[in-house]
Amino acid sequence: MMETISNVIGFLPALIKATPLTLLLTAVAGVFGLVIGTLVALARLSGRRVLSVPAYVFTFAFRGTPLLVQIYLIYYGLGQVLPGTWVRHSFLWPYLRDGLWYAIFALSLNQASYNAEVIRGAIKAIPRGQIEAAKSIGMRSSMILRRITLPQAFRSCLPVLTGDLIILLKTTSLASTITVLEVMGTARILQRQSLLTFEPLIAAGIIYFTVVFILTRIVGVAEKRLTRYRTAKA
Amino acid sequence: MVASALSVKNIHKSFGSVEVLKGVSFEAKSGDVISLIGSSGSGKSTLLRCINYLETPDEGEISVSGEVIRTVKGKDGKFHAVDRRQLEHIRTRLGMVFQSFNLWSHKTILENIIEGPIHVLGMTKKDAIGEAELLMEKVGITPKRDHYPNQLSGGQQQRAAIARALAMKPEVMLFDEPTSALDPELVNEVLLVIKKLAEEGRTMVMVTHEMSLARDISTEVIFLHKGLVEERGAPSEMMRDPQSARLRQFLQMA
Repeated sequence: MMETISNVIGFLPALIKATPLTLLLTAVAGVFGLVIGTLVALARLSGRRVLSVPAYVFTFAFRGTPLLVQIYLIYYGLGQVLPGTWVRHSFLWPYLRDGLWYAIFALSLNQASYNAEVIRGAIKAIPRGQIEAAKSIGMRSSMILRRITLPQAFRSCLPVLTGDLIILLKTTSLASTITVLEVMGTARILQRQSLLTFEPLIAAGIIYFTVVFILTRIVGVAEKRLTRYRTAKA
Repeated sequence: MVASALSVKNIHKSFGSVEVLKGVSFEAKSGDVISLIGSSGSGKSTLLRCINYLETPDEGEISVSGEVIRTVKGKDGKFHAVDRRQLEHIRTRLGMVFQSFNLWSHKTILENIIEGPIHVLGMTKKDAIGEAELLMEKVGITPKRDHYPNQLSGGQQQRAAIARALAMKPEVMLFDEPTSALDPELVNEVLLVIKKLAEEGRTMVMVTHEMSLARDISTEVIFLHKGLVEERGAPSEMMRDPQSARLRQFLQMA
């Protein structure tokens, strides 16, 4: 028992060193997921079929298939196609061999597909009258979107978005399957080096739990501040 | 010649196969208060919403201080505004107050009022706040400046919405049943504000069910029935001595 505990503790430093990469994956895929997700949501609500149909197909495809399948398809699929193109000889190539980029790509699109549905719902839930009020004072539609629609939509779906962000943090562990040495990838190397099955996993679990705990606290504070308008008492 | 502040000419509007407005015209000179009355379904709210193109009239012409909203005939035979920028500019000159207030719920009362002046009119924040403070004082909402709309009663929200519309310094104020969504005990505080605006000589067009308000402050009352003007005139005479059977019936019910 004591030996297990000390083994677990022994693995922690290496995993803590890998934590920034996990956070980087989460942050980058989180930001891209939010931006792309917002654009997809707006495309679906645009009322123009050239935009709404592709957006619908995109969300349907990415929500309807496992992320692991998407990661493999993007890593092995793009990995096969790209070397045959100009990219092979461009300055980008040294980077594009790294699984990290494919992981970010897959995670971002996957996250975007989920965010898009949430944001779309939140936009649709904004009372029409508030949009009309904005029109009535002469706001142009881009300004209405920026000042009225999106701020309110984001605030109202914030709890779901942050929930999805925390799920994303845990999901980044799938990047380990395409050679990315984030927390989970590092844990798997430690397993092989030490020939211990459980201890590296337990240590990884502790790291994920701690990060999730801290992140939950941070977003909790942000949520409270940003949704004051709904919870404030008369 | 007294320039008309607002001219509404031959407005037609259909929703699907239902023709809601069948050619309505009226004119407001500066300082006029025009009340649109009529039973529900008579088209009065639609008419008001056509004035600032929240509903696009199928046919007809709106002009504010002589500037016509430019339209073009589309493939479907209906007209629509041809110049977004011009329409947006004209909208800044028409203040609108809605039945359901429509304050922006993620902004405080002060933020609601200064939003348009800062972001549409390009005023500095300092100037906008200065003007907003005067307006909040005027409608009696000053203690609520940092509250959010959902913390206010309906009457307070409507007064704040009036301040928000006034902050744009509109040439004409449009009221769409401003007291219909209010609890009876809150109606009066809003009516008092509207009366005060009329006394200041503001040009206003309002859709209302408050017959006493229409009688007290209007320069002209327009009675709509099935999308047409059934009767129009000075409020006191019209209400004392209605010419049409329909208006007589309507006034008895009201």
